[in-house]
Amino acid sequence: MTSATLPNRAFDRALVRTAVLDAFRKLSPRMQFRNPVMFVVLVCSILTTLIWVAGLSGHREVPSGFSFAVSAWLWFTLLFANFAEALAEGRGKAQANALRGSRKELIAKRVETPLRDAQVTYTPSTDLRTGHMVLVEAGEYLPGDGEVVAGTASVDESAITGESAPVIRESGGDRSAVTGGTKVLSDWLVVRITSNPGESFLDRMIAMVEGASRRKTPNEIALTILLAKFTLIFLLACATLLPYSIYSVQVAHAGEPITLTVLIALLVCLIPTTIGALLSAIGIAGMDRMIRANVIATSGRAVEAAGDVDVLLLDKTGTITLGNRQAVAFHPAPDVQAQTLAEVALLASLADDTPEGRSVLALAREAFGLTERVITNAVYVPFTAQTRMSGVDIGDRHIRKGAIDAVGRYLDANGSHLPPRVARQAEEVARRGATPLVVVEGARALGVVELKDIVKPGIKERFAQMRRMGIRTVMVTGDNPLTAAAIAAEAGVDDFLAEATPEAKLKLIRDIQAENRLVAMCGDGTNDAPALAQADVAVAMNTGTQAAREAGNMVDLDSDPTKLIEVVEIGKQLLITRGALTTFSLANDIAKYFAIIPAAFATTYPALNTLNVMHLATPQSAILSAVIFNALIIIVLIPLALRGVKYRALGADALLRRNLLVYGLGGIVAPFLGIKLIDLILVAIGAA
Amino acid sequence: MTANALMQVAVFLAVLLVLVAPMGRYMAFVFDDNRRGGNRFERIFYGACGIEPAEDMSWKRYALAMLFFNMAGVLLLYALQRLQGVLPLNPQHFVAPSADLAMNTAVSFATNTNWQAYAGESTMSYLTQMLGLAVQNFMSAATGIAVLVAVVRGFARRGASGIGNFWVDITRCTLYVLLPLSLVMALVLVSQGVVQNFHAYVDAGSQVLPMGPAASQVAIKQLGTNGGGFFNANSAHPFENPTGLSNFIEMLVIFLIPGGLCLTFGRMVGDKRQGWAILATMLMIFIPLAVGLVAAEQAGNPALHGLAVDGQASALQSGGNMEGKETRFGIAASGLFAAITTAASCGAVNAAHDSLTPLGGLIPMWLMQLGEVVFGGVGSGLYGMLAFAIVAVFIAGLMVGRTPEYLGKKIEAYEMKMASLAVLVPCALVTIGTAIAVLVPAGTAAVSNPGAHGFSEILYAVSSASNNNGSAFGGLSATTPFWNILLAVCMFLARFPLAIAMLAMAGSLAAKRHVPPSAGTLRTHTPLFVVLLACIVVVVGALTFLPALALGPIAEHLQAAAGH
Repeated sequence: MTSATLPNRAFDRALVRTAVLDAFRKLSPRMQFRNPVMFVVLVCSILTTLIWVAGLSGHREVPSGFSFAVSAWLWFTLLFANFAEALAEGRGKAQANALRGSRKELIAKRVETPLRDAQVTYTPSTDLRTGHMVLVEAGEYLPGDGEVVAGTASVDESAITGESAPVIRESGGDRSAVTGGTKVLSDWLVVRITSNPGESFLDRMIAMVEGASRRKTPNEIALTILLAKFTLIFLLACATLLPYSIYSVQVAHAGEPITLTVLIALLVCLIPTTIGALLSAIGIAGMDRMIRANVIATSGRAVEAAGDVDVLLLDKTGTITLGNRQAVAFHPAPDVQAQTLAEVALLASLADDTPEGRSVLALAREAFGLTERVITNAVYVPFTAQTRMSGVDIGDRHIRKGAIDAVGRYLDANGSHLPPRVARQAEEVARRGATPLVVVEGARALGVVELKDIVKPGIKERFAQMRRMGIRTVMVTGDNPLTAAAIAAEAGVDDFLAEATPEAKLKLIRDIQAENRLVAMCGDGTNDAPALAQADVAVAMNTGTQAAREAGNMVDLDSDPTKLIEVVEIGKQLLITRGALTTFSLANDIAKYFAIIPAAFATTYPALNTLNVMHLATPQSAILSAVIFNALIIIVLIPLALRGVKYRALGADALLRRNLLVYGLGGIVAPFLGIKLIDLILVAIGAA
Repeated sequence: MTANALMQVAVFLAVLLVLVAPMGRYMAFVFDDNRRGGNRFERIFYGACGIEPAEDMSWKRYALAMLFFNMAGVLLLYALQRLQGVLPLNPQHFVAPSADLAMNTAVSFATNTNWQAYAGESTMSYLTQMLGLAVQNFMSAATGIAVLVAVVRGFARRGASGIGNFWVDITRCTLYVLLPLSLVMALVLVSQGVVQNFHAYVDAGSQVLPMGPAASQVAIKQLGTNGGGFFNANSAHPFENPTGLSNFIEMLVIFLIPGGLCLTFGRMVGDKRQGWAILATMLMIFIPLAVGLVAAEQAGNPALHGLAVDGQASALQSGGNMEGKETRFGIAASGLFAAITTAASCGAVNAAHDSLTPLGGLIPMWLMQLGEVVFGGVGSGLYGMLAFAIVAVFIAGLMVGRTPEYLGKKIEAYEMKMASLAVLVPCALVTIGTAIAVLVPAGTAAVSNPGAHGFSEILYAVSSASNNNGSAFGGLSATTPFWNILLAVCMFLARFPLAIAMLAMAGSLAAKRHVPPSAGTLRTHTPLFVVLLACIVVVVGALTFLPALALGPIAEHLQAAAGH
């Protein structure tokens, strides 16, 4: 359900075109300085270009063609890195532009009292401040984020969620939050504005997807330090190679000292350019994957934390079970035929439009082949909060169904009572985690319909995966402990919180955090806000209240609580991609040494050619092949960086073994093949 | 590689593994946090020095105390050498060494390097040897162990502001670990024929036999991974290492404390498997290199292959390369000693490393360049390895999809910065130091061999100083002001900034909360992690030094093999 503006392919034509232009724009030293690895490449590119220019004017240390080729490929290395970042940013930008389109300058109708016919002052939306009230009528756009204080209306939120079906917004309750830029389709609302201009949800979203407020996350900073360390080590190793080489030439009385061009080529090949070039793209792409999942994270830090989550708090309804209970069995009273019970239950549910009611019809049809008939003289009795029963009166047949206590009271009032056998049946049903519905006709209890929570298909396997990943799942429900335990066992969660109140939820989170574990949860109601604020990863439902959305560090536009699992996986995938490409980048160096070292000292110590295990044609082709491989591998890995390493729900050991094999061992082997291939091509086209 | 050689390596490893376990347990007991106040015996020392043993020092206080203590040691040792001419216990009437030599020696012994730009028996009085050099052998070893213990506390403690008390740590280390072991060791050495007296040198006609209190100093020299010989020939000298048994024991005790400390570490962080994993990592790097070294020596000089030279071991000859080796030790015991003394930052030698085959010489050099983390110096080797473990955990941790953690502590930017510094410092010192030495005529003038071997001599000396090893390749006339100053700077910078960086990291770690492990947590005691950690140590070492090694021993070997 991604919005229409989001291109789905990694290499969308328009995006690529913009990214290519941006790649050049990003060559500015100010932008490169943020990334120590690529900054070194920039300096090296400038140096080799100068060497080439100097070579043209006669000061030649290597043939001009060679220094030109090396400097050109170093510039390509930089451009490829910039391209990766620009491409990752591009997709966010495209969506930001679409969002910006909905952030119109409006004339808002300010009111002092929350009434439809209140005195209206016309105010530009940019002048609205927190606490102001505005009236919005059908066909008008909401001038800012706010809380509905009066009225009920259907609102088109597709600009934000990409979901075209209108949603109902009304004062009070959990559906009172409205977002600026969305459109009221019918009726009217009076809204109290809750954000100042520039700070609205839409503004934050634009900033996030655009990367404007993207700061380096803590883990990115630590990784950058590690990469800077490796860069420094290789800088030292290469820079000091010049004096070593000069000395070696002196004592060996042979050859020439290593040239600056070769030293620079060696340096750029050794420093971790692959991960350095793709690091920022990986981070942006991680956020982007969240956006594609229709989750807006307020910070990159939150995405990273998602990978670290130890405990997931999941609401039962909608996440673990389908939203509604379903009838699964008829338990007739001792002297009643099962079919009779089914027939009466069917009649009682004919007018019951709830999913539970429909499921009774379905079961009756399925079990006894009963069909619905049109009954002419029926008077339907709807469910009310007072009676807590529904039913039908057909002539003098008074049919009712309801919860056991409600039906008990009804029978008492009719001078009868609930037979103990039926009561016991109802109890048994409850113990199984299901809900008993007692059916009566007149003063006679006919039996019990068993309504059961249906655990979502596949969810048990999902939780088993979570367990293998080391994540504990806790089901949160308002049900009594008996029911909760039964459903928890069926769904395979590790633990449950029954009869959950907002306070109990908050306490549970605090208790888990006291064990230094990270907690993720999702919520929508205002009463969820304290728990959302306390949780480490808090996904607020977009349909939720403004308070909930403020308290969470992510907003799920689809309002799908199952998303939490996906969020965790995206967080882990982001970290794994970083680690995998770092490993790959470092492992690559081994082959590059075997290409460059024999070539660099070929004239001083020809015996070192034994190390030329790839049998590269000439010293120049060897060095050039390594530089070209180093540049091209960035392009090759862009799709991986943007898509992320394929995530598998495995334990830490299995995951590490697998990734080490693929990216560590693969990283050692791949460049041997790649460099040899490039060398063969260079020879074939006569460039070597 | 002969069966005899393999057996020697196997026996050495077997005895080592038997001894490290009780050693580790004992040291964990000595440094147990619960007995910080000390017993009545220790309190005599604390009282006399005005130390409050219950004080829990922040990392800054700890580092400051460590620095102050060692600077005082440098100054005292310098003064003692410069004044030895007027001080007692100087039967040979040695004059004071030059200022640059005395400075080099003072820094060398205070940093646990024990690089010796002098010959002991013709430079230092008995007083200087005993009160100066031997005392610093104890103090520098105790300092290394104390810093390690503080770093381990960083991992073990939760939400703490302090990392222990430096004064208590060095007192306990000296009193309960170093002194008793040295006493036993000295007696064992004397039983084998190592001298221990205050006699003047004996003129035996054709040669003068040096005397002195050697056994007491050789004991701590091996135990504390110091390596500074009483005599110039170090453990090749018959009065320092007379028999095959004394040689075996001298090798054994080099690894005893560094190996034991791995297990101490495991116990202190509450998971013994972590200690065994680190020890396994060290052995995984050490064993192939030690075997490779012995094999290279047994194979002999590649230039002789194909000529009419019988290099095979047989009942009548050792075969291989015997140049520079003592016949009483032979190829296996000399090669193994060379690998051990450079894997650990001991630096004692029982053979001339300059005379090793090119590949045989490459291994000790590279073992030092790995950062002295394969056993390494007492204490310092393990905290160096922990810095590598943090780098390994970081990369591996990401690959399992969590922000990295080690022993329940999150590894963040600050820890990464300090661990990077610890890995970077020795690399930088070796590369820059060597570059300076080959650029300056005063540096290259000291070289005695032409070609690639000459470069190896320089590279070896700077690598030795910059990793606080102290062994010498030989062949380099390093007793000049240039070399004395260059190497002193390398030794100083390799020791203290690195130790301070690790203490800073410990301070940050100690304050952190502990993250309980789950199935999603990277387990750091598994064979997989051991392999990964070993690979990272080896790859960083290889990537940094391969170009330099290519111009030294690798070029030399390939040239010799090609018949140049």
